[in-house]
Amino acid sequence: MAKKPIGPVRRDFTPWESGNAKPFIEFRNVTKRFGDFTAVDNLSLTIYEREFFALLGGSGCGKTTMMRMLGGFEEPSAGEIFLDGQNLAGVPPYRRPANMMFQSYALFPHMSVERNIAFGLQQDKLPKGEIEARVQQMLKLVKLEDFAKRKPHQLSGGQRQRVALARSIAKKPKVLLLDEPLGALDRKLREETQFELMDLQTELGMTFLIVTHDQEEAMTVADRIAVMDRGRIIQVATPAEIYETPNSRFVADFIGSINLIEARVASRNGTVTRLKAPNLEREIAVSQPTDANVGDTVWFAIRPEKIRLGFDAPQNGTANAAEAEIWDIGYLGDVSIFHAKAAEDLILKSTVANITRTVERPISWEDNVWLSWDEDAGVILTR
Amino acid sequence: MRKGPSWFNLTSLVLGFAFLYLPIVLLVVYSFNESRLVTVWAGFSTKWYGEMLRNQQLLDAAWVTARVAFTSATIATVLGTIAALVLVRSGRFLGRTLFSGMIYAPLVMPEVILGLSLLLLFVAVDQTRGFWTVMIAHTTFSMCYVAVVVQSRLAGFDRSVEEAAMDLGCPPFKTFFAVTLPIILPGVVAGWMLAFTLSLDDLVIASFTTGPGATTLPMKIYSQVRLGVTPEINAVCTVLVAIVTVGVIAASLVTKQQEARRQRDIRRAEAQG
Repeated sequence: MAKKPIGPVRRDFTPWESGNAKPFIEFRNVTKRFGDFTAVDNLSLTIYEREFFALLGGSGCGKTTMMRMLGGFEEPSAGEIFLDGQNLAGVPPYRRPANMMFQSYALFPHMSVERNIAFGLQQDKLPKGEIEARVQQMLKLVKLEDFAKRKPHQLSGGQRQRVALARSIAKKPKVLLLDEPLGALDRKLREETQFELMDLQTELGMTFLIVTHDQEEAMTVADRIAVMDRGRIIQVATPAEIYETPNSRFVADFIGSINLIEARVASRNGTVTRLKAPNLEREIAVSQPTDANVGDTVWFAIRPEKIRLGFDAPQNGTANAAEAEIWDIGYLGDVSIFHAKAAEDLILKSTVANITRTVERPISWEDNVWLSWDEDAGVILTR
Repeated sequence: MRKGPSWFNLTSLVLGFAFLYLPIVLLVVYSFNESRLVTVWAGFSTKWYGEMLRNQQLLDAAWVTARVAFTSATIATVLGTIAALVLVRSGRFLGRTLFSGMIYAPLVMPEVILGLSLLLLFVAVDQTRGFWTVMIAHTTFSMCYVAVVVQSRLAGFDRSVEEAAMDLGCPPFKTFFAVTLPIILPGVVAGWMLAFTLSLDDLVIASFTTGPGATTLPMKIYSQVRLGVTPEINAVCTVLVAIVTVGVIAASLVTKQQEARRQRDIRRAEAQG
């Protein structure tokens, strides 16, 4: 079935779809237990070469444990991990071709910036001239040439972050592990650095694996995202697929903002499924086939920006619309968020982009409005 | 609100300091006494310092003490640091509570008992007593002080720094010397200095464990005092006090300056963003 592409893609880079691409990093049925607690639960995952892959989840979901197992700081309780064809079982961290950028940066406080960066190269016993050249190259890459002689405590947070990055890529590892790399930076700097990271990854042609709890960060930088919860992977897909076609209520709710409406399947044919929500007068028509039988309870999930808001009832059709009363308004500058009460126990969120500076007839509190959406605007979730 | 300390505070301060320092001040003052009698002031003189330098027995004792203190402090620092690492790092193991409790025991154990038990041990293994037995005894009791000092330094240690070193290809043993030791060095040095001073002024344990030819300075001073106090002893003690004072003041000045520079650097780094 030919599908319309969803969202932006890196052109000619979709090894996960080709079916015969060689896996670069492979978790095979990996389990990690700490005492009674199962941090990672029988998990399999494939990451391809030159991919920017994100592990996303809340605290305690097992994402950091996954990364630490790849780095060699934890051994799996069961299962195997392969990196570029090599089984990593029993290989200590100092013999793994993976380098890690730590959340706390973990810079050596007693060494200058250049000695921090040179540390890994010195362990490989490279010739002195080569080390110096590589350190200079790295300093230039992260724009810290003028700070080479400084100690870590003489640097700002953003500069320390760049030193940590330079140190971890200096050895040109097969894979760079990034553990919440931007967590300690303020918002503006974080956004800038996200784009810098992407550029860097393309430039170096390395495989990057990032662990983060920040969904915006994961969506910005990653080619693919694995959403994790309680030691399991819930969905692995591109950022756009995760956002537009979540496979479960957990993913839909975790990524961005969503309206979830509980409904029953009223009728279905090959292309369109019609749902009936008890608290909505009109039916919901979705251009998506479903495995659920007529009468089954499912959830209709629709993003706030895909719900239109207007004073007049939509002209065409008898489905995908609801009359509602404006309950709350949040003005964020670029968009406004409207909370519209469609039924006693159903408040739907709708975000409207403020594309003009003034409007003819502003929507205000307690206004009666019509909400409407297209057949392909939302998805049906069965779990 | 009245400025400055109240009368009560001022009085307690003066009394407290007098209590602490009056004996030492008297000792220092009388070291410059002309008279042979310690308690009678007969004018200023430095002759007892000259006497002291001509007293070969006293100088020998000082040399023994310095050697014992240096060697025992060094060995105690190595052992104490290892003990601290085990206590902080190894997580739970069978007997951990016992071990951590036992490492503190010498801190509270009466010195007489420690000295006696060490003596009994040396007799039992038929070890000739002298320099080495004193040295071993001092290592034993100062080791736990080092362990306590280093432990406090390790408590705030970010282990990811060590992981980073290993991640960059550095094996664990090398990581300890390249990364861990430099970071905990201030604690280790402080531990060494503590062990050194403890050994320097120990009388009880040294008396129990020493043998012929290994008289330490505190033992020498004590035995001379029993034959009558001479200003010569005052002079020796004044020199000791001076050494310790200069050491403490220098150390605190250096740390203070370093900390001030560090704070300035941090402020400057944050300001430039």
